[in-house]
Amino acid sequence: MASMRDIKRRKSSVSSTQQITKAMKLVSTVKLQKARNRAEQSNPYFDYMYKTVCSMLAKAGEVNHPYLKESESDKKAIITITSNRGLAGGYNSNVVKTITGSELQPENTEVYCIGNKGEEALSRKGYTIAASYPEVIEQPTYEDALEISRTLLEAYANGEIGEIYLAYTHFKNTVSQEPKLLKLLPVEINEDEVAEESATSLMNFEPNEEEALDMIIPKYITSLIYGGMVESVASENGARMQAMDSATSNAEEIIADLSLKYNRARQGSITQELTEIIAGAEAIS
Amino acid sequence: MADNLFTVEIITPDRIFYHGEASMIEFNTTEGEIGVLKDHIPLTTVLAPGIVTVTLEGGETKQAVVHAGFAEILGEKVTLLAEIAEWPDEIDLDRARKAEDRARERLAKHEASLDVARAELALKKSLARQDILAGKR
Repeated sequence: MASMRDIKRRKSSVSSTQQITKAMKLVSTVKLQKARNRAEQSNPYFDYMYKTVCSMLAKAGEVNHPYLKESESDKKAIITITSNRGLAGGYNSNVVKTITGSELQPENTEVYCIGNKGEEALSRKGYTIAASYPEVIEQPTYEDALEISRTLLEAYANGEIGEIYLAYTHFKNTVSQEPKLLKLLPVEINEDEVAEESATSLMNFEPNEEEALDMIIPKYITSLIYGGMVESVASENGARMQAMDSATSNAEEIIADLSLKYNRARQGSITQELTEIIAGAEAIS
Repeated sequence: MADNLFTVEIITPDRIFYHGEASMIEFNTTEGEIGVLKDHIPLTTVLAPGIVTVTLEGGETKQAVVHAGFAEILGEKVTLLAEIAEWPDEIDLDRARKAEDRARERLAKHEASLDVARAELALKKSLARQDILAGKR
């Protein structure tokens, strides 16, 4: 049996770890609330954006626009959104796994990283990191998304890359987050919804469809990137909150177990002392 | 008068900027200025930096600046999806002036690396910001 001192030391180390995880949980709960509000407030914008793009594509079915057709280049670009810090359960590794598990292999993929953790993991797996924006995820703004989408669209227009993907974590609710891989370009939109839209819409465009597409698709891409960022931030904090919550309760369990062991050891040592004294007294008499 | 009202929504990525009833809305598009009344034909158009004027039921007007985005006009509803939208009291005049100077400088130098479209856009944005403040005073 471990000595009383060892048990005591172990117990105090676990309980100070528990204090840290408890504090981290509180912090991420507050951050989650903020991030969640932001994600919710930005939702109407994306819904509208998506609907409009759907109805435009329904009208512009025959338009031969570079954003809509397959490109010759077989190079792919992917934007990955992860956190800068760890201790968030499977949050970062899930995003990385979705990428490595897809057809995006290191040979033909360039990675645009938002967040340190994804960058580290992917470069270890042999992916080329084309650009990295670790500071963006701390406080995502629309301007940041604009900057990134501009860089990517330029590369797409020059034919350097043929497809653009986005990997982020969808925020379902506080306890469940889901990593997602989304194809940004060439634009792919649910056929059913396009058909539904085209039946009802009698939309006119000014300037004409083609020029309007040219201006709106980049905005659509930007809004998706921005949406991915705010949702990922919410997911990150949700995942961390959960991870820290279970760490705290694990620590509690360990402490209970150790207290029991400690008391047992203490009682054992008292009993032993008593037996020794009695034995000594008997020997004298 | 009440039957000539329609819903106006101005949405930005961060918030629902404005939501309410209006009798008329005027704004800038890439093709020129446009004024919309109720029962306009359905139209989707691209916004240019400029002032949006919403005329409310009693003839009272509200003004804001929008930069870049697009508008979806339906008979009963007008939705402006703007990347940036600001009320006059949110604008920093000094910053707008400085941005104007910077943009003009860049355009005047005319270096090979200059992105003319971007500089012109920056200039238009700063001018729109200043215009709305000047109009208010």
